[in-house]
Amino acid sequence: MSESFLINISVIVLFLPLLGFVVTLLLGKKIPKIFFFEVFVLFAGLVLSAILLFGKLTYFADTKIVSEFKWIDMGNVPVFGSINIYLGMLIDDISALMIVVVYIVSFLVHFFSIDYMKGDIRYNRYFAYLGLFTFSMSGIVLTHNMLMMYIFWELVGISSYLLIGFWYEKKSASDAGKKAFIVNRIGDLGMLAGLLILFITYNTFSFEQIFGEIAKGNLPFNSEFWLTVTGVLIFCGAIGKSAQFPLHVWLPDAMEGPTPVSALIHAATMVAAGVYLVVRVFGILTADAMLVIAAIGALSAFIPATIALTQNDIKRVLAYSTVSQLGYMIMALGVGAYKFAFFHLVTHAFFKACLFLGSGSVIHAMHHEQDIRNMGGLRKKMPITYATFLLSSIAISGIPLTSGFLSKDGILSGTFAFASLTGHWLFPFVGFLVALMTAFYMFRLVILTFHGEPRDQHKYDHAHESKFAMAMPLVVLSVLSLFFWYTPNPMSPDAGWFYSKWIKNPVIYTPENARWDFMKSDEAAISESSEQHDIMYSETYTKALHHAHWPAVILSELLAICGILLAFTMYQWKKISADKLTERFKPLYNFSLNKWYFDELYHKTFVAGTLGLSWLVAWFDRVIVDGIVDGSATVTKAVSTFTGRFDNIVVDGLVNFMAYLSAFIGLFFRRFQTGKVQTYIIMVIFSIVILLFLFKSF
Amino acid sequence: MEVTLTHFLIVSTLLFSLGIYGIVTRKNAIMVLMGIELILNASNINFIAFSRFGNFGLQGQLFALFVIVLAAAEAAIALAIVLNVYKTFVNVNVDEIDELRD
Repeated sequence: MSESFLINISVIVLFLPLLGFVVTLLLGKKIPKIFFFEVFVLFAGLVLSAILLFGKLTYFADTKIVSEFKWIDMGNVPVFGSINIYLGMLIDDISALMIVVVYIVSFLVHFFSIDYMKGDIRYNRYFAYLGLFTFSMSGIVLTHNMLMMYIFWELVGISSYLLIGFWYEKKSASDAGKKAFIVNRIGDLGMLAGLLILFITYNTFSFEQIFGEIAKGNLPFNSEFWLTVTGVLIFCGAIGKSAQFPLHVWLPDAMEGPTPVSALIHAATMVAAGVYLVVRVFGILTADAMLVIAAIGALSAFIPATIALTQNDIKRVLAYSTVSQLGYMIMALGVGAYKFAFFHLVTHAFFKACLFLGSGSVIHAMHHEQDIRNMGGLRKKMPITYATFLLSSIAISGIPLTSGFLSKDGILSGTFAFASLTGHWLFPFVGFLVALMTAFYMFRLVILTFHGEPRDQHKYDHAHESKFAMAMPLVVLSVLSLFFWYTPNPMSPDAGWFYSKWIKNPVIYTPENARWDFMKSDEAAISESSEQHDIMYSETYTKALHHAHWPAVILSELLAICGILLAFTMYQWKKISADKLTERFKPLYNFSLNKWYFDELYHKTFVAGTLGLSWLVAWFDRVIVDGIVDGSATVTKAVSTFTGRFDNIVVDGLVNFMAYLSAFIGLFFRRFQTGKVQTYIIMVIFSIVILLFLFKSF
Repeated sequence: MEVTLTHFLIVSTLLFSLGIYGIVTRKNAIMVLMGIELILNASNINFIAFSRFGNFGLQGQLFALFVIVLAAAEAAIALAIVLNVYKTFVNVNVDEIDELRD
């Protein structure tokens, strides 16, 4: 197995979904069964990406495989020097793992959709869009440079727009598509600015070259401050795509799309792209940038978790839960828990996709009923959906034996260790609080949906378990949420192959004095090179992490169990009346139910502000610009009138005068031209007489 | 009284003036032709007179003979033209033959 073989596979993996997209879109109306081609293409891509991961981990465990070609040769540009833009592929552990995760979830979503979308009028087009989406996501994962990543980033934006607004006959769906697209643009603007700063500094978009330059000490504008700014600007892209505070508002609205789309976009791929981006540029983040990222992450973990507590739409609870979990990952990256963040990205992709598909199965069975207040008791009717949903809920709550436990505790001990080294105790506090709330709202959802008595008997009677095409993905995803895929020891991921072999410790390129103290390279660690493999940043950090592990596990388990028990007492056993609690904390409840009034706030400020600004600009256009144009028109008109007059009177007068003059002269001489021979003779004689007098002197 | 050159010239001048008068005033084309004959004969008198009083030999007489021949030829041609004019315009009044003006 050679490098070029893996590169070829990665190129095929990248372009297969595009092929599926084009074929399905073009033949969709002629061949009704063409969607099978798309599903088959995805399956082929899944197999190939698995081969890619296997080949990478087995034969090139310690190397990065890069393949690039020159795309644009701009030659010698003044000021910058020679500029060439390269495109290419990068296969390292992260991209190989990520592409497999993307393909697993994407393929299962395709499979699930066969049944879920049956009877839709744009059935084949739906699959085509899914293909386009998978293509763009693969591009983000496999690229080796910022430019290509940005291009695919925007492609993900457009395909998510198409998918969220898929049922565009519904106003709310098309609005949600627009909202997602526009809110994402705001973040992308920051990302564009960030990558342009990098480009004008280093004349390249390639990650490797940029990192190399920064490692050598060449910083943007020669200052660490600008490196921080660049890091934060690039992170803005992640704020948009990963729905982080304050741009998280698009994701819950995006639930208007078909449910499998929610599973694909909002669990495993699109929102993961933001986290993936931060993972990619993690090496160039300064301490200040990391603090900003951690703070944004903590806010995004906390606020949506409180909102999810009171939502009644099954998909909205999951949506806010997604934002909250993404906030977890971002916070983990911010506090330097790099491996745990990526680990959580992978595990979360599976169980959240399972939850979304499970909710899709429920919604399908209930004939598009999404309000959990009208559900209940579905456990008996839909055993497979219930079992998988419950398993995923356990995983997201972080109960042992699941993958969620491993990654979540990793993040929590990461924040714990970070706090103990730097004194920012707010992060672990938020982390544990969110863990409690996550357990509570997930089990509230499970109990209200599946337990108890049916609250809408009519719909309950019609409910039925989903068929194979929908049940199979649920089972696969929930099994992937178990611990043994990642580590043999259910209590600690350290021993597992995922940690020790698959994800490498991050390499930090930022200058030493721009890092956290614990990230500075240890003299001792470098000398013991054999040990270095296990040390993430420095001896002190690893020790702190080690110390933080058990307290974090115990505390988070206690909180998770508290949350679950609370959910059971409130909704299953009804010991505490949820209604009374609601009454007592009415303002808080309303605040949470109305999503902290973010939409209203944005409407009042940004939307109204934009409208006001547009009005102002329109006024300026109408009054000032139009005034200037009209004024110049008036002036031109006046000038034209004047020149017209001048033309008419002076120029025409001269011409006419000449004409009159010649006419007059003509009239005068006409007299002589009588045509009478005798007159001529008289004239001749007169002339001769005159000539005689004239020449008399000769 | 001796007849001198001046007398001859006065006669020929009278004759010439009469010819011009005839050409200018007469409306009939034939009368105009006759005016031309008068002018030619006035020049003949001049030729003869200068030949007699000047030192030119017989050149004057010879030219006079030429002029007489020329006058005959001219009369023949001009009468033919007048005849054609009459055929075209049914008229020999020179005032009314003014096609050239147009």
